Amino acid sequence: MLSVSNLHAFYGKSHVLHGVNLFVGRGEIVSLLGRNGVGRSTTIKAIMGLVSARGTVAFQGRDDLVGLKPHEIALRGLGYVPEDRAIFPDITVRENLLLGSKGRQATPRWTMDDMFALFPRLEERADTAAGVLSGGEQQMLTLCRTLIGDPDLIMIDEPTEGLAPLIVGQVAELLREIKRRGVSILLVEQKLAIALDISDRVYVMGHGAVVFEGTPAQLRENDRVRKEWLAV
Amino acid sequence: MEFFLVSLLNGVSYGLLLFMLSSGLTLIFSMMGVLNFAHASFYMLGAYFAYQISTAVGFWPALVLAPLLVGVVGGAIERYGLRRVHRYGHVPELLFTFGLAYLIEEVVHLIWGRIAVDYRIPEALDFGAFQVFDSLYPAYRVFMMAVSIAMLGALYWTLTRTRIGLIIRAALTHADMVQALGHNVPRVFMLVFGGGCALAALAGVIGGNAFVTEPAMAAAVGSIVFVVIVVGGLGSLAGAFIASLAIGVIQTFAVALDWSLLDTFREVGWTGEAARAIGTIKLSQFAPVLPYILMVLILIFRPRGLLGRRDT
Ligand SMILES: Nc1ncnc2c1ncn2[C@@H]1O[C@H](COP(=O)(O)OP(=O)(O)O)[C@@H](O)[C@H]1O
Ligand SMILES: [Mg+2]
Repeated sequence: MLSVSNLHAFYGKSHVLHGVNLFVGRGEIVSLLGRNGVGRSTTIKAIMGLVSARGTVAFQGRDDLVGLKPHEIALRGLGYVPEDRAIFPDITVRENLLLGSKGRQATPRWTMDDMFALFPRLEERADTAAGVLSGGEQQMLTLCRTLIGDPDLIMIDEPTEGLAPLIVGQVAELLREIKRRGVSILLVEQKLAIALDISDRVYVMGHGAVVFEGTPAQLRENDRVRKEWLAV
Repeated sequence: MEFFLVSLLNGVSYGLLLFMLSSGLTLIFSMMGVLNFAHASFYMLGAYFAYQISTAVGFWPALVLAPLLVGVVGGAIERYGLRRVHRYGHVPELLFTFGLAYLIEEVVHLIWGRIAVDYRIPEALDFGAFQVFDSLYPAYRVFMMAVSIAMLGALYWTLTRTRIGLIIRAALTHADMVQALGHNVPRVFMLVFGGGCALAALAGVIGGNAFVTEPAMAAAVGSIVFVVIVVGGLGSLAGAFIASLAIGVIQTFAVALDWSLLDTFREVGWTGEAARAIGTIKLSQFAPVLPYILMVLILIFRPRGLLGRRDT
């Protein structure tokens, strides 16, 4: 459903992605792995129209995503959860969630009440400024905010970074729930164990290009790739 | 006491006028990261447009039409000018607004000439509204305050109660993220820029005839508004509000206090050289620089301004 071919991306003059190819099928969880700085975040941002890019990105049968503006891409059904979370600190939790809603789909997969049922903590704090939430709560809030927009595919950048183990478990559970509701996931995840556990397929990136693709089982068996591209 | 009350009222009405300018400037700055040097030029355009329209069809249509027209001009400048310059970074954007200020001034010279135009208070409002001790307080000043307060209410309502207001408040911190959630942020930028220009123009419509409508008005008010947003804290609406009122009142008092000193001297029959010297040195020379002194003090003791967040 999402197919990226020969994607190049640039920050000003610096050329960061050198022809990335990847594919995410309907209802799949696909992880993008690699060391820091190899271009995983940039790949997601380029798909979302947030950095200038060249190449082809096709989504749900239309291959003209490159060059569209981020809001046009979002309205096509792509969701984005950035690694810095980018919650809106001065407005309330509820308002943060309201902003996620695009206000046009008749029967969205997710409603505000769903979110509050999944994370009672967000309901308790619905009317406080989002800036005072803990790191874990903020992470849940960003995920929920994007889900309320009812994306068909959601791209999530390092959702477990800096979270306590208990919360990491909750995030993993939410990812599975997202998949159960028929939403595809393109995930950037630093914690290899989790990524291998929940993904259907994985890509490993190195220096702005994909250097390995396969199933989690294939990656587990491939010591060379793990040593060369993932070991820290 | 009378002097105090009248000056306070004048100061507040001037301060509210400053806030109509600084609120737009602040919103534009915090959303788009552009310090719009041409902002006060839209104030001036508002006054000139209102003058032109009111000579044709009267003040009341001008009160509505001039801000609308200027808002459309501002929106178009954002859409077809600023947005294109934006991709080259902040310095070109600043230069663009700088150039725009000169351009607008030249256009005003060209069309309306270099001296003040005869833009007057409408006769319907040219009377004393109420008694302040021995003198009548002008109705037009009351009208200015009413318009300003109505605008302030409308602005507050838009920002806190409407969906676009919510989008604006969110875009103040993470505009990219707002856009990635599916909102047309470039269009919101255009509306905010146009809306800010319309607000500035409205201030020009009601201020241009209370003060003077001349080509120098943009530069004069522009520098004060700049002081206001630095003192209030770049990007803080509440800060801009407090600073607008404070500077409005301080400056009015400084100017008025001086006049009244001279008046007092005159009243006691002391009109000699010395009286005039003392009367004028004390504050009238200080009044125009007072806001800048305040700005320098703020920059020394609280560089991010009264309610600002970032250190700029
Ligand atoms: N805003 C930026 N401006 C310039 N270079 C950047 C920017 N963001 C990232 N980069 C560079 O692009 C490369 C890829 O970064 P990124 O996609 O964030 O990596 P990852 O998410 O895999 O850690 C890095 O070399 C990084 O230094
Ligand atoms: Mg990253």
